[in-house]
Amino acid sequence: MTDIAPTRFSLARFERPSAIAFLGYVFGLVIIFWCLAGAGFSLEKVASSPPRFADFATRAFPPNLEPQVLARLGWKMVETLQIAVAGAVIGVILSVPVALLAARGLIAGPWVNHTVRTILGFIRAVPDIAWALVFVVAVGLGPFAGMLAIAIDTVGFCGRFFADDMEATDKGPAESLTATGARKIDVVACATIPGAMPAFVSTSLYALEKAVRSSTILGLVGAGGIGIELKVGFDLFDYPTAMTVILMIAVVVIAIEAVSGWARTRIIGEQR
Amino acid sequence: MAKRFGEKPVFADVSFRLARGEAVALVGANGTGKSTLLRCLMGLIPASSGSVHLLGQQTNAATGRQLRALRAQVGLVSQKHNLVPRLSVLSNVVHGLLGKHPGLRHWSHSLAPHASRVAAMSALERVGLADFANRRADRLSGGQSQRVAIARAIVGTPSVLFADEPCASLDPSAGEDVMELFFRLVRDEGVSVVFTSHNIEHALRYGDRVLGLAQGRLRLDATAVSLSAADLRGLYD
Ligand SMILES: Nc1ncnc2c1ncn2[C@@H]1O[C@H](COP(=O)(O)OP(=O)(O)OP(=O)(O)O)[C@@H](O)[C@H]1O
Ligand SMILES: [Mg+2]
Repeated sequence: MTDIAPTRFSLARFERPSAIAFLGYVFGLVIIFWCLAGAGFSLEKVASSPPRFADFATRAFPPNLEPQVLARLGWKMVETLQIAVAGAVIGVILSVPVALLAARGLIAGPWVNHTVRTILGFIRAVPDIAWALVFVVAVGLGPFAGMLAIAIDTVGFCGRFFADDMEATDKGPAESLTATGARKIDVVACATIPGAMPAFVSTSLYALEKAVRSSTILGLVGAGGIGIELKVGFDLFDYPTAMTVILMIAVVVIAIEAVSGWARTRIIGEQR
Repeated sequence: MAKRFGEKPVFADVSFRLARGEAVALVGANGTGKSTLLRCLMGLIPASSGSVHLLGQQTNAATGRQLRALRAQVGLVSQKHNLVPRLSVLSNVVHGLLGKHPGLRHWSHSLAPHASRVAAMSALERVGLADFANRRADRLSGGQSQRVAIARAIVGTPSVLFADEPCASLDPSAGEDVMELFFRLVRDEGVSVVFTSHNIEHALRYGDRVLGLAQGRLRLDATAVSLSAADLRGLYD
């Protein structure tokens, strides 16, 4: 026995990669360089950018803090939040029935589950700004198009995660209610949805954060909100105003994340 | 009847009749399939072979609607209680009526008709928890939640009651109270009760008949008076 032990230590510290693995590494590197080339990566531009960035910074600072400008931007920000909240609320409400169809083993059969999940996947795959463009064509320029874009984006997100949340809830209460002779829909309403409620709240708050972030840029395509001010600021070389917009967006997004984190712990914190 | 989970057999050749107004104790070591047997009887999981006739109906041949009508006449107390955690105790008990009264009004005690709320309160009184009606179900102790589960099972005045270890989390005196309650249901209302228990004394005292599962078979089916505690202990070897 003991004379076998030393041979164990003659094992190489590092495994030599097999030929296939080596080819894999090389291939990976090639892909990365190919992508950098495609992205127009240029060291010269990186090297020459600090002075240009400094130029932008000196022209943008100090940010425009004139009272009328602040008031105008403030109201635009209020509109932005209105778009975000209205869109997120409508999206969350619509997500519940959609998620009921998407959740496996709940009320709909596998075929319906699969179809609904595929559609939701498609909705998520289309970027929010593209939805905004589509709705600008459909309902015209303005905040309503933005709200619809946020709503459909929220359905794509919440529909899928609500469904996952319901699939993950404890099946025990649902089984016991089935044993009372309750219909599927009653079982879902009385056991599955209450069981998934903490997860729903958490998911909805994320959806709201996401909606606020999206709503700040929808204005770039004319779908309402403060984004239009950002575009106008850059188009007119009014960098101080653009800087004010950027700072306002940052403050609002950080604030909404803080509020939603606080609400999350308040509502579901104690019992996870 | 037989039951397998995939390839793994739980029990086979289990066959028995349950008479009206009879109390049957189902005993057996952990993992012998007592809970599984009760779930098969309710049609919650399909039996692998064989059939279940309940109140004159064959459950594995029943349509969804027939099965629901059947279940509405049967109460089940699960081993894990299975209350809906975020709802009130009273709502949980009102849910026991969903089989007889489907629909929105029995989703919560706040919406329920007066008669249903009264029925739920009196079921809670029978298990001694009337003072807890407004408490959230996840703020109960283990024994309290077990008794709420019992209230939910009896609120619909079932003619058959399956109770899976109804006294497992109860203190000795509450356990006696619950067994007395079952005893009264059997004697006064002609309910048939099947309960599983690891308490040999309960099984012999409150069961008219004792069924014993061991080694995947029904090893024991005898009247309680003909059995001694030693006979039951033999099942666990
Ligand atoms: N859903 C399931 N899938 C696979 N195996 C299962 C499942 N449910 C139970 N089993 C297995 O079936 C066997 C019987 O389980 P069951 O819960 O019926 O036992 P029990 O007699 O009620 O035990 P206890 O006295 O511990 O309550 C166990 O071996 C268990 O692991
Ligand atoms: Mg069990």
